[in-house]
Amino acid sequence: MEIVNITKSYDANFVRQVEDESGQIMSQCYQCGNCTAGCPYTFVYDQPVNQIMRLVQAGQKETVLKSKSLWLCATCESCTTRCPNNIDVAHIMDVLRHMARRNGYSPVPTVKSFWDSFLSSVENNGRAFEIGLLVSYIAKTGRFWTDLDLGPKILPKGKMHFTPPNMQGKEEVKKIFNRFREESRK
Amino acid sequence: MSDSLTYAYYPGCSGTGTSIEYDMSTRAICAELGITLTDIPDWSCCGSTPAHTVDHTLSSALSARNLALVEKMDLDTAITPCPSCLTNLKTATHRMEKDVFREKVNNLLDTPYQGGVATKSVLQILVEDMGVKALKDKTVKPLKGLKVAAYYGCIMNRPPEVMNFDDPEHPMAMDNILTALGATVLPFPLKVECCGASFGIPRKDIVMNLSGKLLDAAKDIGADALATACPLCQMNLDLRQDQINSSGGTNYDIPVFYYTQLIGLALGLSEKKLGIDKLCVSPRKVINAIGRDEAS
Repeated sequence: MEIVNITKSYDANFVRQVEDESGQIMSQCYQCGNCTAGCPYTFVYDQPVNQIMRLVQAGQKETVLKSKSLWLCATCESCTTRCPNNIDVAHIMDVLRHMARRNGYSPVPTVKSFWDSFLSSVENNGRAFEIGLLVSYIAKTGRFWTDLDLGPKILPKGKMHFTPPNMQGKEEVKKIFNRFREESRK
Repeated sequence: MSDSLTYAYYPGCSGTGTSIEYDMSTRAICAELGITLTDIPDWSCCGSTPAHTVDHTLSSALSARNLALVEKMDLDTAITPCPSCLTNLKTATHRMEKDVFREKVNNLLDTPYQGGVATKSVLQILVEDMGVKALKDKTVKPLKGLKVAAYYGCIMNRPPEVMNFDDPEHPMAMDNILTALGATVLPFPLKVECCGASFGIPRKDIVMNLSGKLLDAAKDIGADALATACPLCQMNLDLRQDQINSSGGTNYDIPVFYYTQLIGLALGLSEKKLGIDKLCVSPRKVINAIGRDEAS
């Protein structure tokens, strides 16, 4: 782990904000490392999850919010389940992602694009429309070769639809997203 | 077993598409077992992982819209086969116990959700409401000779405070069911390890690595097949098995069933009803082997 001069860059507001939004008490983490020991994603993380926890304690807002780890966490709940101090670590990772989004960080653009494509599919159709979301993902990322090899396996089995799901109340779902955006602007 | 096992049913988006055989086999076994499923009318997506990575109020509102629909149905329990839907429904329920949060969520909805609908997985009601013994009693074609690894995936049982079912490290529900149906359920050390989840498209390398480990462990313990309970796990292990082989230089050929399909086979239901032909890695050899053992 790199050396951080916390007297220069400690951001008390950041720590408070993470605690407020997650309902967790950061000082309860004593760095046992259990979360990292069980995390299946450490091999692709730039900061292991216990170091994310430590960096939040140390008020290192920028280092944390630009970390790739936030976007590579799958919320598998290993960390939360195994924390000896009952800290909901996965919830903190979620909250950090929210903050990273609000601050405009997107260090793993493919993951963000995929999640965004999924959500716009839900917003527009009420339910996920897989082929539609793939097209939107490819348009966002230019990765047109994504999973081309799977087409012949899955299409003949009738497991993907070429038209959006037929959901009557889809306008109701759209309103949820609209109201959410209005509330967020307040 | 009571005669009145009736539930509001939430198929989830994948149940209408990529995991259609999970939905088909769930409906087929429930009908056979006398469990009544009433679809939640005009249900919508729970938002899956992407919603909760954006905002918890939004994520809970997407789930709560469905729970409010259940309230109108006069049923007290909603069930779903999909662990991802389940975790969203349960987390929304859990968080909405707090008045301030419930109000924020309800502000986003046309119809507010009052609370009070119980949410469970199909697996949970099978072991808790139906009972393993009832399943055993209804078995007409035991899964004799099938050596299977039961793979639960990461979120069916975790975190325990929210999911409130079985054990978060060593769940046994599927093991117990499959054993009762006559299969040999092998001790599978990675039963709650993550398969790589929805990173298949944006970061395939992750799924190749994590699902590769699962297939490797299944092969190591001598499993003929895997039994799964999650659409995403099944897709990563089955649909992507060739990709995993190419990326890791392996040659796995392990069928990956939904546990509901195996129950259906034991209950004597037709393969067509259970969507067996929807699986990518052919289960032919494994199914024939069960048949041969049964005849001998």
